Amino acid sequence: MNNYLLISVIIVYLAFLFLIAFWAEKNSKSKWVNNPYIYVLSLAVYCSAWTYYGSVGIASQSGISFLTIYLGPVISLPLWILVMRKIIRVSKQHKISSIADFISLRYGNNRFLGALVTVICVFAIVPYISLQLKAISETFEIITDETSYVSTTILDDSTFYIAVLLAIFVAFFGTQATDASQRRKGIMTTVAVESILKLAFFLIAGVYVTFFLFDGTSDIYRQASQLNNFKEITSFNGLESGFNWMFMIMLSFFAIFLLPRQFHVAVVENDRERYLKKAIWMFPLYLLLFNVFVIFIAWGGNLTLAGDVNHDYYTLLLPLQNNNVVLAMLVFLGGFSAVISMVVVSTLALSTMVSNNLIIPYGFLDKFIQGNPEKNANYIKNIRRISIFSLIIIAYFFYINFSYELSLFSIGLISFAVIAQLAPSFFIGLFWNRGSARAAKVGMIIGVLTVVYTLILPFIVNVLTGNNLFVERGLFGIEMLKPYALLGIDFLGPEAHSFFWSMFLNTFSFLTISLLSKGNYRERNYAEMFINSSNYANLQDGAFVWKGEAYVSDIRSMLNRFLGEKRTERALNLFNMKYGISQEEEMADARLINFSEKLLTGSIGSASARILIGSVAKEEPVSLLEVLKILEESKETIAINKALKEKSKELTQLTEQLKTANIELLEQDRIKDEFLDTIAHELKTPITSIKAASEVLTDGDDMPDELKTKFLDNIVNDSDRLARLIHNILDLEKLSSGRDQMEIQPNQIDETIDKAINGVSQIASNKNVAIIHQNGKEILANYDEDRMLQVLTNLLSNALKFSEPEKGVIMIDAHQKQHMIEVSIEDNGKGIPKEDVNYIFDKFYQSKHQNVKKPMGSGLGLAISKKIIESHKGKIWVDKKYKKGARFLFTIPK
Amino acid sequence: MKKILIVDDEPNIVMSLEYTFKKKNYEVYIARDGGEALQIAKDKIPDVVLLDIMMPNVDGYETLKQIKSNQNLKDTKVVFLSAKNKAADIEKGLQMGADKYLTKPFSVKKLVAEINELLN
Repeated sequence: MNNYLLISVIIVYLAFLFLIAFWAEKNSKSKWVNNPYIYVLSLAVYCSAWTYYGSVGIASQSGISFLTIYLGPVISLPLWILVMRKIIRVSKQHKISSIADFISLRYGNNRFLGALVTVICVFAIVPYISLQLKAISETFEIITDETSYVSTTILDDSTFYIAVLLAIFVAFFGTQATDASQRRKGIMTTVAVESILKLAFFLIAGVYVTFFLFDGTSDIYRQASQLNNFKEITSFNGLESGFNWMFMIMLSFFAIFLLPRQFHVAVVENDRERYLKKAIWMFPLYLLLFNVFVIFIAWGGNLTLAGDVNHDYYTLLLPLQNNNVVLAMLVFLGGFSAVISMVVVSTLALSTMVSNNLIIPYGFLDKFIQGNPEKNANYIKNIRRISIFSLIIIAYFFYINFSYELSLFSIGLISFAVIAQLAPSFFIGLFWNRGSARAAKVGMIIGVLTVVYTLILPFIVNVLTGNNLFVERGLFGIEMLKPYALLGIDFLGPEAHSFFWSMFLNTFSFLTISLLSKGNYRERNYAEMFINSSNYANLQDGAFVWKGEAYVSDIRSMLNRFLGEKRTERALNLFNMKYGISQEEEMADARLINFSEKLLTGSIGSASARILIGSVAKEEPVSLLEVLKILEESKETIAINKALKEKSKELTQLTEQLKTANIELLEQDRIKDEFLDTIAHELKTPITSIKAASEVLTDGDDMPDELKTKFLDNIVNDSDRLARLIHNILDLEKLSSGRDQMEIQPNQIDETIDKAINGVSQIASNKNVAIIHQNGKEILANYDEDRMLQVLTNLLSNALKFSEPEKGVIMIDAHQKQHMIEVSIEDNGKGIPKEDVNYIFDKFYQSKHQNVKKPMGSGLGLAISKKIIESHKGKIWVDKKYKKGARFLFTIPK
Repeated sequence: MKKILIVDDEPNIVMSLEYTFKKKNYEVYIARDGGEALQIAKDKIPDVVLLDIMMPNVDGYETLKQIKSNQNLKDTKVVFLSAKNKAADIEKGLQMGADKYLTKPFSVKKLVAEINELLN
């Protein structure tokens, strides 16, 4: 393929990525940029060129052991909910921007520890980056078929330009904000897009090899099983292989947490804790998909690509051999994507560490104290930009000058083994509060030295001396010190062996020193905050123990230098509001110290933040005992506060309930008063009448007999009315209180209706009103017959009362309706006024116009009827739609 | 001859009052609610009105208000006869301009005496 055409394609592709990054930065609030899928896909930065090309190489030579690198992460993922969530929570709380910051903060903002972690990471990752660049260069050569052409100077090496472009990309999109703990949405979105592309292109290549070059999976298997080394590469080789597997899995298990680029995408770029729930199943799925075709491509390559070719590049060589240039191009772009996402994120993470944990704390602090905020921000950004370029350039020269024979796979493993040295201080420190800074330092240094001795030194010695004596005889010829078989352990592969010894010595020294020495109070303070992160989350700044003297004004001017006056003012206002501190407060307390350190951590790293704030605050030493006591007390205070809050909430609820109950009682009281008032009024009317008539009669000697009889009749009638009223009131009271025992038994409803009609027949015939009832349906229902008669008589009397003499017709009917008996009584009278319909069942109904008596009179009849029907679990109501008169209905269950 | 208007919706009470005042040589008019009472009052200009409070349609308070606002009836005395016997009710009645407030059940003799006093 033409050299220039490929370069054009690469340039177009890079431009496309720049555009995506631009777009994402511009639309940083869009849900296309902020979602769990971007997060999960950016985790796939784990799959570098090593995965893309290296896995196939390993699969073709040593079989399925390539899987170990993916099994570690897959095994670790269920733990993420527990461990990663904790790490993320702590990091977000303390504005942590890299793994160096994380470890340094855990051990009390230890400056040296942060620098040490940074150095270890750079040491491990730069060769790794250089290997990625090597992959670009080699695949470039393969696809352009210019193996004969060897670049003589940097200036005509296309890889150099690609490296510079990547550096520009990272420098531009990675240093938009001074606060390194902020998310880089542009870069993450491109990484996510690249993750999709590299997976898609690799799968296409896999399908091509399996189904086009061969006749499906079983065909490849059949053919491959004819090869000599087939058995060897498809099975375990005893115990040794088993150990190797175990160590490899452990190695990759650590890597997924500790690789700077993984820490960056998983922790710093995490937006929501709940994204983890998506990650724990989607990320393993991604890895699974990536590995489906690896073994088939490897077998396919072994079968068709004879001779001296690099096994790593089977994926690219297979389509090229079959003249499928377009596919080869896609495979190249996939690999290219894998490389650049790895290089970009690694450089970003490393540059943050180098600037915040190495350069700034060890050299630029004095400068910052004098500078103004704008200058300082530029300084910080420039330090990071220079770090980015330096890292990539160093990686590039590393690749140019050490064109060693190691495969992608081996250099990746060495890198993992070095990074794994962070594991004891990282993981144990997360759960064990005794782990101390000194122990962490010693453990890491011993671990790294062990890796150097057992893995890197043999290689260097080999290059320098040209012989293998160091490996075969050991240092100074001492058998016990053979780098691949330390103390006689000779059954492990070099990487597993190195990993075993380094981890053992590292962990052992970490634990021993931690147990033997006590860390200072500050270490212990942060240890408690990390380990009990969920407990101290609500304590926040209050969990930080600090004693001493500092002026708010000094701290304010220090913050001004980095954040500018506006942001400082805003931050301090928020802080004061949150803790209810007066703006005039002159002395700073522990919370403000901690808060200010956090504010600076994102920009200059935790160690520098501590040193800077320390420079304006006179700190007094606090004993370890005091720290623990204060923490315990703050925890208790929080607990008590919480309990008090709950109690107060309960009390408020109770008060609310009491209020409601009181309102109900008042309402009931009012109803009772009203009822009594009405009763009194109703009773007084006949009494007034009786009294007046009696007085008149007493004085009425000259009264005609006829009139006398009339007055006497009135007295009798009013006495009857009084008696009836009293009876009804008592009856209603009995029904309301539930003291009345109903005699419920089966009865024929139509018979009861006839009895009721009989009772009122005299009045009906006096008024000449017809009552129509069709008997003979034999409907049985359960009710108290006397009470039912009371209801029916009342309804019939009402109907009669409002029927016009001579013209009135009353219809009464009972019928079954599902599980109910429905009875209707209708008349052709004047009907019930609209405004009364809703109230006629109330006792002594008198609408809102308290002083206006309704023509229906003082009836308790309907109120009593309603109570009786309700006692039968039935309903009584007025048919509002009936226009020809009044229509009452009631139902009772059968 | 003095004119008296009796306003109440209880026919039995009205009957006793009517008989009593007729015997005392009053010209007696009868109304069953406020509306009727106002019509008769405007027409006949009674010297005194016996007024129930709780009545259908137009209540006693409203009737009193109308009487008081009518210039022709400025000399007409109004006596409330009501079962509402709470201090607050009585005060309300008197404040609205009633000349007397008698609670039910009342003594006919006392009523006659009060009205005599009111009119002389």
